[in-house]
Amino acid sequence: MSPFSNWRADRWVMVLVLVILALVPVFVAFSGNYFYLDVATRLIILAIAAVSLNLILGYGGMISFGHAAYLGIGAYAVGIPAYYEIYDGYLQITLAVVLSALFALITGAICLRTRGIHFIMITMAFSQMLFFGLVSIEEYGGDDGLVIEYRSEFSGLLDLEQATQLYYAALVSLVVFLFLISRLIQARFGMVIQGTKGNDRRMRSLGFDTYRYQLACYVISGAICGYAGALLGNFTNFISPEMMDWTRSGELIFMVVLGGGGTLFGPVIGAAAFILLEEVLSGLWLYWQFIFGLILILVVIFAKRGLMGLLSNGRGQ
Amino acid sequence: MDGTLLITQLLNGLQLGVLLFLLAAGLSLIFGIMDFVNLAHGSLYMVGAFFCATFAAWFDSFVLAVLVAIPATAVVGVIVEWVVVRHLYRRDHLDHVLATFGLILCFDALTQMIWGENGLTVALPGYLDGRVMLPGDIAIPTYRLVIIAVGLSVAAALFGLITRTRLGMRIRAGASNRKMIAALGVNIELLFTLVFALGAALAGLAGMMIMPITEASIGMGNQIIIVAFVVVVIGGLGSIKGAFLAALLVGLIDTLGRSYLDSLFKLFMSAQNAETSAPAVSAMLIYILMAVILALRPQGLFPPKGRSG
Repeated sequence: MSPFSNWRADRWVMVLVLVILALVPVFVAFSGNYFYLDVATRLIILAIAAVSLNLILGYGGMISFGHAAYLGIGAYAVGIPAYYEIYDGYLQITLAVVLSALFALITGAICLRTRGIHFIMITMAFSQMLFFGLVSIEEYGGDDGLVIEYRSEFSGLLDLEQATQLYYAALVSLVVFLFLISRLIQARFGMVIQGTKGNDRRMRSLGFDTYRYQLACYVISGAICGYAGALLGNFTNFISPEMMDWTRSGELIFMVVLGGGGTLFGPVIGAAAFILLEEVLSGLWLYWQFIFGLILILVVIFAKRGLMGLLSNGRGQ
Repeated sequence: MDGTLLITQLLNGLQLGVLLFLLAAGLSLIFGIMDFVNLAHGSLYMVGAFFCATFAAWFDSFVLAVLVAIPATAVVGVIVEWVVVRHLYRRDHLDHVLATFGLILCFDALTQMIWGENGLTVALPGYLDGRVMLPGDIAIPTYRLVIIAVGLSVAAALFGLITRTRLGMRIRAGASNRKMIAALGVNIELLFTLVFALGAALAGLAGMMIMPITEASIGMGNQIIIVAFVVVVIGGLGSIKGAFLAALLVGLIDTLGRSYLDSLFKLFMSAQNAETSAPAVSAMLIYILMAVILALRPQGLFPPKGRSG
C-alpha cells in the first residue's frame, strides 16, 4: 500500500476543514455567539496535541498512554511564571517546549527500553507520577490548581487576551506543525520511524539504531504537545493537575484513533469529532458519557481505520 | 523513632499491599493467559464496592453482603467478557486499552445512573469496628487486621489454586502456550471466561474491603488501577508470585515514604526544604521505584518462565 494512494481525498478534506476553521471567527462575529469560538479554540489546541501524539502512536507505533503529561507541563510552564508575575510569552513558550522535551527525553529513555504492554503502562505511570507530584506541591495550588491572571505577552506582536488572536495563533500553529510533520514523515527519519512500527527487528538488522530514532521521535512529539499545553494554559486561564490525568491521555488516543492514526490529518478530524460529539451529547443527556464510551468501543471493534479510513473506503488497503 | 507509629504504618502499608495484590492478581492473570490489557479492571473494583454497599443495606449484614457481592461481581465480569472483551483477544494492545477505556466511561456513567452522584457506605458491624490491643500497648483497628488476613488468605488460596489444581494447571499452561493447550482439547474460551470472572471477583473483593473505610464512589477505581499496573509491571507481567511480592513492596514503600521521608530528608537538607520536597517525592516514590527497576530489569522482578508470545 502506497501512503499516497488516497492522498487526493485526504488533501481535499484537509483544505476544506482548514478553510472552515479559518472562517469560524467570521461566523462568530456575525452570529455574536462567542461560545462557538471557545469550542473551536479548544478543538484546535487539542488537535495539535493529537497531531503530536499521532507522530509516535500513528506513525511510530509507540502507544503512549501518558501524553496528557505534556499538556500539563506546557500549561504549568505558563502558569508558574505567571504566578511570579512573569508574563513574557517567548520565555513561557520556550520553557514549555524545553521542559516537555526534557521530560520526554528522560522518561522516553526508560520507556523505550520496553515493548508492547509494558510501554503503555510505563508511559501512563510516568504521567501519573507528574500528576501526583503536582498535586502534592501546595505552593502552586496542589489539587485546586492555579488561576493565570494574564495571558502570555508577545510585546506588541500578538494580544492573546483577544479571543480571536488566540484562536488564529493556535490555528497557524496547527498548520505549521502539520506542514513540519508531513515533511518529517516523508524524510528518511520518518521512513525509519514507520519502518520500526512495521518491523523493528528488520530495521535494526538493516543497521539502524532504532532506539535513537524512536527516542528522537518521542522527544519531538513531547515538545509539540508541550507547546499545545502552553496554548491550553493561555486559553483556560487556569491550570491544575487534572489536565494530565491519565484519562485525558486516553481521550487523546481516542482522538487519534477516531480520526485515523498514521494519517497526517486524521488526528485533526478525530479531535474535531471528539469535541463536537462531547458538546452535542453532553447537552442531550446527563449520562452522555455512556454513549461516548459505547461509541469508543464500537469504533474499536468495527471501524479500526478511523474516519479518514472510511473516507478512503478500502481503496488504500 | 516511635515504635508505635512504625508498627501502625507497617500495618497500613500491608493493608494497601494486600488490596493492591487483589487487583494486580486479576490483571496479571488476565494478561498472562489472554494477553489482554484490561483498563476497566478498576471499574470492577468500583462495581464490587457498590454491590457490597447495596447488599449490606438490604441484608443488614456486611459479611453476607460480601459473600453475595463476590459472585455478583464475577457475573458482571462474565457479561463484560462475553459482550466486549471476547471480540478483542485477537486484536493488538492499542485496541484493548481503547475499548476498555470506553468501558470505563460506560461503567462510570451506569453507576451514576443506578446509584446517583454521591458515594455509598455502610457502617461496620460492631465486632469488626473495634480495636485490638497488640503487645506494647499498640491499638490497631480490628478491621485493618481483617483486611490483611482476608488478603493473605486469598493470596494463599489463589496460590494453591494455581499450583495444585487441574484448573490452575490449565491456567499455567495457557500462560506459557495458548495454542498448545487449545490443541490438546482444553476449552480455551471457557477457560478465558473463567479467568476473567476470577479476576473480576478479586478486584470486586478489593473494592468491598475498602468500601467501609473510604466509601464507594464513582471513578474510585481509576486512580488505584494505575498503582496496580505499577505493581504488575514491577512484579513481572503474568506472574502471581511477582504480583504478590511487588504489591507488598509498593504498599509498604508508599505508606512508609509518606510518613518517614521528611525525617529522612532532614538528615541532609534544611528542615524547610525537607518539608516542601518530601510530600512531592513521597507521592512519586513508587513511580521512581518502578523506573529504577525497569531501567535495570525491563521484564520486571519475577517474569514468568517459558512464555511464548
